[in-house]
Amino acid sequence: MPWFKKTRKPMAAPAGEKASRVPEGLWVKCPDCAQIIYNKDLTTNLNVCPKCAHHFRINATERLRMLLDGEWVEHDKDLVSTDPLKFTDTKPYKARLKASIESTGLKDAIIVASGAIDGQPAIVASMEYGFIGGSMGVVVGEKITRAIERAIDLRQPVIIVSCSGGARMMEGALSLMQMAKICGALARLDRARLPYISILTDPTTGGVTASFAMLGDLNIAEPKALIGFAGPRVIEQTIRQTLPEGFQRSEFLMEKGMVDLVVDRREMKAIVANALRFMGTARPAAAAAMAGVEPAVPIVVTEPASQA
Amino acid sequence: MPAETLEFEEPIAVLLKEIDALTLLPRTDARDREIESLRRRIESVREELYRSLTPWQRVLVSRHPNRPGLHDYLDRLFRGFAEVHGDRRFADDHAIMAGFAEYRGQPVVVVGHVKGSDTKEKIFRNFGYARPEGYRKALRVMRIAEKFRRPIVVFVDTPAAYPGIESEERGVAEAIAVNLREMMLIDAPIVVIVSGEGGSGGALGIAVGDRVLMQEFAIYSVIPPEGCAAILWRDASKKVEAADALKLTAPDLLQAGAIDEIVREPIGGAHTNADAAARLLDEALARALTEISAVDSEVRLEKRYAKFRAMGRVGIDFVDESTA
Ligand SMILES: [Zn+2]
Repeated sequence: MPWFKKTRKPMAAPAGEKASRVPEGLWVKCPDCAQIIYNKDLTTNLNVCPKCAHHFRINATERLRMLLDGEWVEHDKDLVSTDPLKFTDTKPYKARLKASIESTGLKDAIIVASGAIDGQPAIVASMEYGFIGGSMGVVVGEKITRAIERAIDLRQPVIIVSCSGGARMMEGALSLMQMAKICGALARLDRARLPYISILTDPTTGGVTASFAMLGDLNIAEPKALIGFAGPRVIEQTIRQTLPEGFQRSEFLMEKGMVDLVVDRREMKAIVANALRFMGTARPAAAAAMAGVEPAVPIVVTEPASQA
Repeated sequence: MPAETLEFEEPIAVLLKEIDALTLLPRTDARDREIESLRRRIESVREELYRSLTPWQRVLVSRHPNRPGLHDYLDRLFRGFAEVHGDRRFADDHAIMAGFAEYRGQPVVVVGHVKGSDTKEKIFRNFGYARPEGYRKALRVMRIAEKFRRPIVVFVDTPAAYPGIESEERGVAEAIAVNLREMMLIDAPIVVIVSGEGGSGGALGIAVGDRVLMQEFAIYSVIPPEGCAAILWRDASKKVEAADALKLTAPDLLQAGAIDEIVREPIGGAHTNADAAARLLDEALARALTEISAVDSEVRLEKRYAKFRAMGRVGIDFVDESTA
């Protein structure tokens, strides 16, 4: 086991590239402040640098552990892509899937779980960047959609933690259509007046940003996460100039009004729990009754007798 | 090679040159007959070529500079188009047009991308790359349609949403996302026509509807083949391979269940005969509008959701949760 392992700064990596993670080894050098950190200290600090608060990328399971109280029940764990396009680039997509399944222990780039956040039942979907860049294909689309439909049935809030390079190229237009499918389900969740909190982590780009990641009642970002639609390199190629410092980072998005708050990972659970308490999941009529006002719907309109 | 022929149309270009040469000579009956026979040869060569286009060739056809766009269909199929500008937030985006028109005597809302035909218009239209304001304008005008119970006809033809600084700053991702959510609930019949390039999120951002029609030689893709090649092959010149792999042609999309119907084009593609392309589209559009307008709105919305909800099922091995 190496004592030091170089980490790359978490930044946009094209789908398929290996994710930068907390490296294995006893000691870790923070890519931001160069502090040498004892790996165990980093773990107990939710993989945030104790000196400069650099957020190391964490995996989908660690994310669930961070948000949920104790145990959770995983849903649709075994959904697996059948490679609908029979896609091959420099190697077959099937081989890429297999490699990712082996390295992550997941069947695709997301875990969906039911659990509780500070005692409040919730359904959490957590994306796994280590699985083909966290890309969204049909399995991710289907699992998120089922999560939302389950939440509507059970009247529970939905939390989605995004960590993704966008739609998965190897499933072509079917990946693209997952954006519409998920947003359609979110429309129903929205009209059912159930909470949806979107947590954006490094990186959240492409079709994930242009669909569910931007539609939270609250969009909460981790500090300095790369969040955008087009990747920085694509933009640079289009406009032929270098991008300003901090462009497409969480703080920039908050300044531009696209993200509601930027929250340190160590505060994340408390903030989410508070938001859920504020929002509640009562049916609209029940909520209105609790507040001591008449329910807004249904309104019975009495026609004037003269018009009858 | 004449500007309007594509690289794979070389045999046609050669014949066109022969005709050009003949027309420069003094006219005789024999020469006229020769020109006429060359024209017929072009038709048969074209028919042959277009019967078996490769995916990459279809990409080229979908981007053909003479391919009929929104204006061409507005001129031929709609009457009295009244454009509505701006998103009432920031600006009027010129890559997406929206407005009211009459279709077969019925008031409808028309929304669509415009790439522009000459250099000046292309620049004005930003080559069909819409900024956030375009998507917000589209939704605003669709809301008007909903309010006044008018059907919506959408034309999709864009390389992508504009990947620029201001586009990101003003939230192009949010604009598209909101459209995807809200279009699923808009209580008006929506027919979408993918008429040229269906460029990923930039296309989908106005393309949620009750019927999604796709013209025969249009494409619809999660990423342009060049971009896919650059990322997966690390070599942008592998665009031909990428176009194959992405399954972005109309027959592929139909098979995947991502579109509802293919609209035939004249032999040689819509760009060879805009009138014929419009007639073929007219028939399909009228039928789709009639069918979805006949359904109660509650049923229509349920079906719209179910349609998109089912997309991708072909790509999943379903495992019953109770056994998992
Ligand atoms: Zn540090």
